[in-house]
Amino acid sequence: MTTILEIKDLHKRFKKVSAVNGVSFAIKQGTCFGLLGPNGAGKTTTIEMIEGITEPTSGEILYKGISQNPAFKDEAGIQFQSTALMDFLTVIEVLELFAGFYKNPQDINTLVERCYLSEFLHQPAAKLSGGQRQRVLLAIALINNPEIIFLDEPTTGLDPQSRRNFWHLINDIKKSGKTIVLTTHYMDEAQSLCDELVIVDKGKIIAQGSPKNLLKEHFGISYICLRDGDLSPEHLEKFEQVETKSDEIILVSKHLEQSLQELINCGANLSSLQIRNPTLDDLFLKITGHSLRE
Amino acid sequence: MKRILSLFLARNKEYYRDRASLIWSFVMPPLIIAVVALAFSRGDQPLFKVGILGDQTPAWELLQQPSIQLVYYNDQDKALQKVRYHQIDLLLDNAKQEFWANPNSQKSTVVEELLANQGITTWQKDEIIGDKIRYVDWAIPGIISMNLMFSSLFGIGYVIVRYRKNGVLKRLQASPIRPIEFLTAQVLSRLIIMILVSTLVFVVADFVLNFVMLGSYFDLFIVGVTGMLSLLSLGLIVASRLASEELANGILNMFAFPMMLLSEIWFSLDGAPEWMSGFSELLPLTHMVQAARAIMLDGASLVDVSDHLLILGIMTIVFMTISTSLFKWRES
Repeated sequence: MTTILEIKDLHKRFKKVSAVNGVSFAIKQGTCFGLLGPNGAGKTTTIEMIEGITEPTSGEILYKGISQNPAFKDEAGIQFQSTALMDFLTVIEVLELFAGFYKNPQDINTLVERCYLSEFLHQPAAKLSGGQRQRVLLAIALINNPEIIFLDEPTTGLDPQSRRNFWHLINDIKKSGKTIVLTTHYMDEAQSLCDELVIVDKGKIIAQGSPKNLLKEHFGISYICLRDGDLSPEHLEKFEQVETKSDEIILVSKHLEQSLQELINCGANLSSLQIRNPTLDDLFLKITGHSLRE
Repeated sequence: MKRILSLFLARNKEYYRDRASLIWSFVMPPLIIAVVALAFSRGDQPLFKVGILGDQTPAWELLQQPSIQLVYYNDQDKALQKVRYHQIDLLLDNAKQEFWANPNSQKSTVVEELLANQGITTWQKDEIIGDKIRYVDWAIPGIISMNLMFSSLFGIGYVIVRYRKNGVLKRLQASPIRPIEFLTAQVLSRLIIMILVSTLVFVVADFVLNFVMLGSYFDLFIVGVTGMLSLLSLGLIVASRLASEELANGILNMFAFPMMLLSEIWFSLDGAPEWMSGFSELLPLTHMVQAARAIMLDGASLVDVSDHLLILGIMTIVFMTISTSLFKWRES
């Protein structure tokens, strides 16, 4: 696969605040690339420098191998984290307006169908629900039939159902072979959608790779969760690593079957037992010492 | 061109769907005109105005009375127009011992009689005949121009600042639209809307008040468009970087109020201090009003008002250059 976008040693300073500190990565064509990190980590600043919205302090951005490639604006689709739409235009009129900006826009009817806009096509764009608005913004991002699509926190503020629906949309776009650059602070979103990702904290990349490889590389364990009191305290020392939260005991196990057998032998109450694999959130916690949501 | 057209059409739709602004645009100017027409429909101003050609005032005691206001002119043609339309009651040229009166003006006759025992009877008398121009006739070009000024400054300035504040401009920045295309579409949309609105207001006001129109409608149209372009580009300067509607409102008012007071909309600056007249000449609205008034009341042609058109044209180029070079999609 060829590299569509390459970022080299990108820096951004806002007066005394250093928002991005030497970020470098490359994105392969046709993949979904994620920037995962907590709020204020520098994800949006990084993505806006790539989009040409914010001027970098230093560093290089190569689109198809060319710095400040003039073709970028025509070939990129962009969905910002927060964008208002024109006050008195309907959804269809907003789509027609943006279609007018490009030489070869997509057929609006196809977009309406693809992004499920038909129910509110003639409603004022400023009066849509959160989920509807995000779908319209996605349709605008797709209107020029882009090769690369930037989605900045596309599901923030959406209810779980709307988030799942939006993920389906993104998966559909992935299937059509487009490159997607996604910023998010939802680890499940990154895990579900991204082929490759960088984890960003305080303007720096702290981990990079595919979600699967990152977890494999850093963990190779499972978590066994029990309700507090389901395992008597004297048996806790038999387990390698134990975390206790307010009403939960979490056992860290490298050999799951062996650990389960020991729990049975101890006479532990397994009626509320849960087993889960480490997530990107756990990875973030392990590397930085704080949670993604802090 | 396709991009400008898309933005132009979108902005027009937004305008006519914004009912509050739309109603305001149509209701405000006729309301002001009606108030002015009513307020000045009865009786004349009690003050006599005597024009002095050059700077030599006759040493007549009566001219020192506070009931007589002296207005000085260097331009004889301009001063004679004032006599013709009853805007001054008499014009005196002390150097030539000559004076001009308007036999159709009772006030002109009264002032002449009052000055008879001061020695005016020995001067050469000339007559300038013309009917009185009502205050509303005099004020109409100013009121319509003032409405265009508010519509230009606030109509374009406010919308762009709001677009910047809520992120619409940021979204446009990410598209292939260039600033000059965006600004051109905004100016064109506003210009067309204002032409339509002011034409309608003009026609309705003319039907009701039957005001004086001695010049050509085409010439008046050219003056209106030139004036609007200069005011729109002034509004663009204010809108070039701000993202706060409150601050934009304050700055726009800072431009609008001096123009409303000093651009001869409500009263002539004849006899006003020199610094005030000088300052007034720096305001685009002054040139727009003076040119429109010359066309409507004096029957002036475009050549006659070419000095005003030239100044408005230069102002437009300067303001547009400043605004496009200052323009930022996002707040600095």
